Amino acid sequence: MSDVAVDRPPAISNRARSLALRRRVLLVIGWTLLAILVIVPLLWVLFLAPTTGKWATAFGSAVHDPKDFLITVLNGVTAAALYFVVASGFTLIFGLMRVVNMAHGALFLFGGYVALKLQRGMVGEGGSFGLTSAQVNLTHWIIPAIVGTVVVAAMGLAMQQVFLRWNQGQELRQALITIAISIILADQMLAHFGGVAEDIAWPRNIDTFVNLRVQGILYTETRLVILGIALAIGILLWLWLKRTRTGMVIRAGVDDRAMVSALGINIQLTFAIAFAVGSALAGLGGVIGGSFASLAPGLDANWLLYSLVVVIIGGMGSLGGAAIGSLLLGLTSNFSAAYLPSTYTYYSIIFTFMLVAIILAVRPLGLFGRPA
Amino acid sequence: MTRITPDRVVGIGALVLAVIAPFIVSSYWVGALLTQMLFLGIVAASLIFLSAYGGMISLAQVAVYGIAGFVVGNATTNGNTKGLNLGWNPWWGVIAGIAIAVGVGLLFGALASRSVGIYFLMITLTYSVIANLTFGQVTDVSGFGGISGIPAPGAIGRVEAHQNRLYYVALVAAFLVYLLLRYVARTPFGLTLQGVRDDPIRMASLGYNVNLHRTIAFGFASFVASIGGVLFVWWNGHIDPASIDLGATIDVLVIAVIGGLYRLEGAWVGALFFVIVNNYSQQISFIGPRFHTLIGAIFLLIVLVSPGGLVGLWERALELASGTHKEPSDRTPIEVGPVESHV
Repeated sequence: MSDVAVDRPPAISNRARSLALRRRVLLVIGWTLLAILVIVPLLWVLFLAPTTGKWATAFGSAVHDPKDFLITVLNGVTAAALYFVVASGFTLIFGLMRVVNMAHGALFLFGGYVALKLQRGMVGEGGSFGLTSAQVNLTHWIIPAIVGTVVVAAMGLAMQQVFLRWNQGQELRQALITIAISIILADQMLAHFGGVAEDIAWPRNIDTFVNLRVQGILYTETRLVILGIALAIGILLWLWLKRTRTGMVIRAGVDDRAMVSALGINIQLTFAIAFAVGSALAGLGGVIGGSFASLAPGLDANWLLYSLVVVIIGGMGSLGGAAIGSLLLGLTSNFSAAYLPSTYTYYSIIFTFMLVAIILAVRPLGLFGRPA
Repeated sequence: MTRITPDRVVGIGALVLAVIAPFIVSSYWVGALLTQMLFLGIVAASLIFLSAYGGMISLAQVAVYGIAGFVVGNATTNGNTKGLNLGWNPWWGVIAGIAIAVGVGLLFGALASRSVGIYFLMITLTYSVIANLTFGQVTDVSGFGGISGIPAPGAIGRVEAHQNRLYYVALVAAFLVYLLLRYVARTPFGLTLQGVRDDPIRMASLGYNVNLHRTIAFGFASFVASIGGVLFVWWNGHIDPASIDLGATIDVLVIAVIGGLYRLEGAWVGALFFVIVNNYSQQISFIGPRFHTLIGAIFLLIVLVSPGGLVGLWERALELASGTHKEPSDRTPIEVGPVESHV
């Protein structure tokens, strides 16, 4: 018996040692791969991208053409701003209630369409390509934006009260319910708003270019406006969550829902507020997205994808995570579209997948995610 | 040993009906509805397998099915369409399609294997949308218009001329897939997978590699889904990114949920229901082209009222008829609460 007792420890520690060794080897391989995936694209963009030959890119490297590099950075950041507006609503709802709102993309589109119809109602139908910004003043944009946001907030609230409230805690069932609602919404929008891509007109005062006085860049003012709106929303959300009582309850609810309601706080009211605010952000995103790009059936899938990618990268329920996730997504998609060799730019969507894959491989819960 | 149960009677009856169907219903039914039912059922069965035995509701099955379909399309067409036009023998196309789809499925599975529940749902939905956008943008392999004129192997011949041949091929494939899924669920691997579904932490502390089991299960389900994809491109002769868009992804989820997420048979029950509603709702005046509103409402109703789907209703009816109440054969996946997400 004592023989066995003496024999065992070295056997175990040998196994432990080999396991530890294997782990270390895997870690080294993993980090090397990661470094290659990050460093090679960086070197390519900064120094290597050529302007001629088989691998010719549109602009060449950053050293060669700093102006277009800066423009790409700005494009990435302003795209990220819009992603943030939409995804922050998604992550707010998810963080507090563990509801994956698969109808978020449909709510986005609906907000856009409401604003579009209202703007057309106020100004007129415009030409065959819709309204131009010369026909639209600031009120004709702001009032539709507010109405679109409020309508979507009410719709999200109704959805939560009617279908989700009594299924609290059954996460998959709630996700399936929101999928069902998104099918119905998308089909009804196709029926009422048609299948042609349309866009909301920016007001004429801001649909112009600004001289940034750096490298002589003339930059689209509307993109800077979007960035401003996103920053304002980010700051307001941050203040709301950090400085107000409702925000405090929401943060406590993200950490421990049961405890919060055991303390006698009306968590159902908080849920309703959070769901309305989260949906409102989808609606506002739809108005901005409909002005910035366009509204068409099927785009709900794209915007649901952006929200999912942002929260998968950033971590669910984290506002800071949503900001970082939006930035990574915006920069990745814009840089891959601008700096891939011109004949291969359509591969840029692969880079979005690679971004998700890398994050999932390193941190399955996202950069700022915490276990539920 | 083999007892006569209502389940078996209905199952064998359905099989017999499926075999003699070409002799009793119109060729439109066989060619358009029943063949479609069979391959959609195969894809939905791969989803139900993952859900019932692995606890993973995957929205990537249609992406995998599309990858197999696009590979077959690229490999076997010759000259007159988008894509690579490699002009291979259709059977080599099948092998390449399934192999590549399983490879991608293993990669997808490995990346998602550390997540469960709604996280898994979200990650697989991301795969699905990215696959759709990728085929839409990458004009080397497809582009927006897709690939046309994909030939079925010589033995099946031109599908429009010989609808019964493809129907019987699909029937045999569906039957074999069903037997294979049932068999795998009973192997040590399948039992371990069910252990992983119920308590990943315990399985991990017993020494099982939880992530590896999930990854392999996902790869296996990708194999099944890719068979459905091959049948789809033979049937349709054409595949484009819209064949695998969010709508198509959700259609297969709807089929699986309507059929019942915890029994494999539900896949074909749901698919039959789906294709019949899809076909006949167009003729009802107040529904017309609004098929998706109708199917969305049915889906919502099923999720709210009967999480076991149509098969769940059937089981409940049997219980009522026999006056016994037995515990459900498996848990109903969509009623399960949160599962610990990190091992």
